[in-house]
Amino acid sequence: MELSTGRVSRVNGPLVEVLGLDGVAMAEVVRLGPQRIAAEVVGLAGARATLQAYEYTGGLRPGDHAEATGDRLAGLLGPGLLGQAFDGLLRPLSGAPVWLSPDRPDIVSDRRWHLEPAVEVGAEVRPGDLLGTVPEAGPVVHRFLVPAAVSGTVTWLTADPVLLSEPAVRVGDVAVPLGERWPVRVPRPFTERLGDVVPLHTGQRVLDLVYPIARGAAAAVPGGFGTGKTLLLQQIAKWSEADVIVYVGCGERGNEMAEVLTELAQVPDERTGGRLVDRTVIIANTSNMPMMAREASIHSGIAVAEYYRDMGYDTVVIADSTSRWAEALREFANRTGELPAEEGYPATLASELAAFYERAGLVTTLGGRTASTTVIGAVSPPGGDMSEPVTTATQRFIRSLWLLDRDLAYARHYPAVSWAGSFARDADAIGAWHAAQGDPGWAARRASATAILAEADRLASLAEVIGTASLPAHERMVLLGGRLLRETVLQQNALSPEDGRCSPAKGAALLTAVLDVIDACQRLVARGVAATTVEETDLADLIRVREEVGPADADGVSRRRDEVLARLEALR
Amino acid sequence: MSVAYSDVRELKGPLLVVGDVDRVGWDEFATLEVAGAPDRHGLVLEVDEDLAVVQVLEGTDGLSPGGVWVRFEGRPLHVRVGTDWYGRVCNGRGEPLDGGPPVAGVARPVSGWPLNPTHREPPREPVLTGVSVLDTLTTLVRGQKLPIFSVPGLPHLALATQVAGRATTAGEGFRVVFAGMGLTHADIGYVRDRLEERSAAGELVLLLNAADDPVIERILTPRIALSVAEELAFGHGDDVLVVMSDMTSYAEAVREVAAARREIPARRGYPGYLYSDLASLYERCGRIHGRAGSVTVVPVLTMPGGDLTHPVPDLTGYITEGQVVLAPEVHARGVYPPVDVLSSLSRLMRSGAGPGRTRDDHLPVAAQVLAALARAREAAELGELVGVSALSDTDRAYLAFRGVVERDLFAQTDDEGRSLVDSLTRAWSALAVLPRRELTMLSAAMVAEHLPAATAPPDDPDDPDDPDGPDDPDDTDDDRAGDAEDGP
Repeated sequence: MELSTGRVSRVNGPLVEVLGLDGVAMAEVVRLGPQRIAAEVVGLAGARATLQAYEYTGGLRPGDHAEATGDRLAGLLGPGLLGQAFDGLLRPLSGAPVWLSPDRPDIVSDRRWHLEPAVEVGAEVRPGDLLGTVPEAGPVVHRFLVPAAVSGTVTWLTADPVLLSEPAVRVGDVAVPLGERWPVRVPRPFTERLGDVVPLHTGQRVLDLVYPIARGAAAAVPGGFGTGKTLLLQQIAKWSEADVIVYVGCGERGNEMAEVLTELAQVPDERTGGRLVDRTVIIANTSNMPMMAREASIHSGIAVAEYYRDMGYDTVVIADSTSRWAEALREFANRTGELPAEEGYPATLASELAAFYERAGLVTTLGGRTASTTVIGAVSPPGGDMSEPVTTATQRFIRSLWLLDRDLAYARHYPAVSWAGSFARDADAIGAWHAAQGDPGWAARRASATAILAEADRLASLAEVIGTASLPAHERMVLLGGRLLRETVLQQNALSPEDGRCSPAKGAALLTAVLDVIDACQRLVARGVAATTVEETDLADLIRVREEVGPADADGVSRRRDEVLARLEALR
Repeated sequence: MSVAYSDVRELKGPLLVVGDVDRVGWDEFATLEVAGAPDRHGLVLEVDEDLAVVQVLEGTDGLSPGGVWVRFEGRPLHVRVGTDWYGRVCNGRGEPLDGGPPVAGVARPVSGWPLNPTHREPPREPVLTGVSVLDTLTTLVRGQKLPIFSVPGLPHLALATQVAGRATTAGEGFRVVFAGMGLTHADIGYVRDRLEERSAAGELVLLLNAADDPVIERILTPRIALSVAEELAFGHGDDVLVVMSDMTSYAEAVREVAAARREIPARRGYPGYLYSDLASLYERCGRIHGRAGSVTVVPVLTMPGGDLTHPVPDLTGYITEGQVVLAPEVHARGVYPPVDVLSSLSRLMRSGAGPGRTRDDHLPVAAQVLAALARAREAAELGELVGVSALSDTDRAYLAFRGVVERDLFAQTDDEGRSLVDSLTRAWSALAVLPRRELTMLSAAMVAEHLPAATAPPDDPDDPDDPDGPDDPDDTDDDRAGDAEDGP
């Protein structure tokens, strides 16, 4: 097909209008000007095409050359993604220059990969079937699959290492290259969505014990600045029990991305023996990088996750922050003169958010594997206003909400997940899963904990008016219990090697210990011990146990519980 | 020399629309020749075929179609950067105010290029400012961006200049680039006075846009300051601290241009891209792998109406790595610097303080002080309702702690530099006011090593309500019993 060319007629920041691009399609990528800046068609009217540019357009002039490419916005998926950092358009950052000017050359990897075939010539293959594996640095086995549109007989297999762009296998007369260019806005196909609920263990107690998330579900983390949103997401990236993590830094801080890269490279992954970075793909579009590439970065990230999902892995996409992505949508909608809906956001905001979160799912892949893409999106409400459009629209499309509370953060209660404002719509199903796995007490413990927390909150506001001393003893024990739950179970020290992550067993032991201690306290006051005596008993060793025993040491927690209970029993 | 275009079609607010232009690029720099008056300057905001919309930095007052010739430079605005900037005083556009020649150096685009995040070195080394409350609780880190949120009338410039004048990292002083936007002449005089020592040592760059200077020029001022700082840091290996004050004035200039362009406003009339615009400034801080220097950014902004949810502080807070919030209530209690420590935060503190950076006990002590202050605030609120005498002994101890920590740790004079060791010692002395069982964030070993042996009594002796309070005697007995059990 002949690719058409045109000329730039108008430039307004990332909005560029081009005349004369015959036959160009919506969402097609066009190259602009002498620097061949990438831009995507977002509107067509007669001979005029409206484009959003993915680079700084400074110096672009009316009259400059524009060239259609025939391609949609696509990223190159293949071995070599793990452990590396990419920009919003999935171009490698790792080998790119220090300063990202638009005229930097595209990096084409010259690395050759060795394919270990899993099939022989003559085999019949269908989409999703395993063609072979490609060894990579880390423990994640790269599975090279038959692409979605290809099936037939394997007629040729490479014997030599190949570039990403070179054919590695021939199916019939179709050459299948090792790397696959995938249009990132298009969800990758699968066979069917599964309704099973299996929890994703995140290593963060407040999530795993109180507001759990299922594999393949979506969660949102709204929180004003300074509420520890990024730290919580980084902890999830480090410790959740997924096979592959895609961390999308969308319009966020450069220093944070550097921190993530450096830290993940240092932390060993105890489950696999590799390093955490070897299971992680980082997409970094920091807030000072071109705004429209920020818009693309979310889609690039989820496309990468789906690529690994298709290989049979449980993947997690962490997007920090979806509000910056929504702002990019708004910015561009304003420039095109679209009528704004709420707060200047385009009317399509909710459907764009839905399209993003709906790409999460637990599925049977084309190759028959069970795998999942879990999506966790941060939301940064302006002014901490939870009624703003991005926050409210997001809540409709997610299963778990982890609301971060500024008062908790100011009191240095981290993670500052509010127990009053958060929800987990799969909590009952996850309770049933735990029961089926041999822990029938999970749901009951969760219920007791949330009841005590809610009652403690109610009593605390009452105590503010009448004073704690005026409350009956059993209510004072509830207040004490609320405090113990918050400080022992809900709070978690991200910096502590022992407490930064928590195994399911240790989490269960901690919660059991605190509930047992609360029961003991209630028994004490019921038999006449003064509430003040119980309140002023030193329980710091119970609170500190989370940092003093290893991340999987449930027995250590139980021993400490027994010591504390023994001490309490001695009170009279 | 480039062609001069004179077909001015429209003048509106800070905008000028010139027609019949040929091949003018977006974001180009333009010089406006005005008959019988000094040249003005502008940036291209939009090009549509042969029309160019130019934002005039000095404003359009006095311009008339037919009296202006616009020359386009053929590229976005560049500024000359290099060590010649040290010791210079320039206006908001980078033109000398000190009678010296134009500053020489290499030309760089003022908007800079995004720094590849994979080349960033995560900030690690603490910057010691000599201000106890900052060093102890919100440690500044080399390469960080940490704003000061204030309200008009508070001593934010005193604090910013105190930091700028005294900041050291690993014993080395900082070079300072001060970008003043919309400052009064009195404030400018104060800043120059406070930074006299840095200035005399040739370690200071001043870019000053006064309150009565052209408003739109302010859009350029921080960009020039940061371009200069980037070259000094990454080209020359210096540690550069960029103080930008007042960012609220800067954001108002951005809003003015957006309004003139009839852009759809987001919150409170500010354009939807304010976040990205501010980020393009603040994100220019940092360090680079394998290079010596650093850019540390301290923006200062005054919150209109003291409102933390106003778009300027709010968006700033989302971009920067923490914030130092000054509060009128603390100022009213006579504490300088009037930092509201519970609202303040340095996100990078955990990597810039603690073992190997400052002292092993630094982070736990900071966490304990903050947790105790949060508890003290609750106790104070409760005390206001029920009377201090109705509070438990523990709550009263927290109130006493708050008094001691404000008096001995937070308060200091605006020219005093305290060592970190001194500050931490003061923090431990204040913590000693609390019962031992309350120090849950400090390990037994740290308590043994640092907690002063002779502690002040937990009951505040100044509190007249205390001895004859209406508490029932049983309560007091219970307290004693509890304490006795804790003893061994």
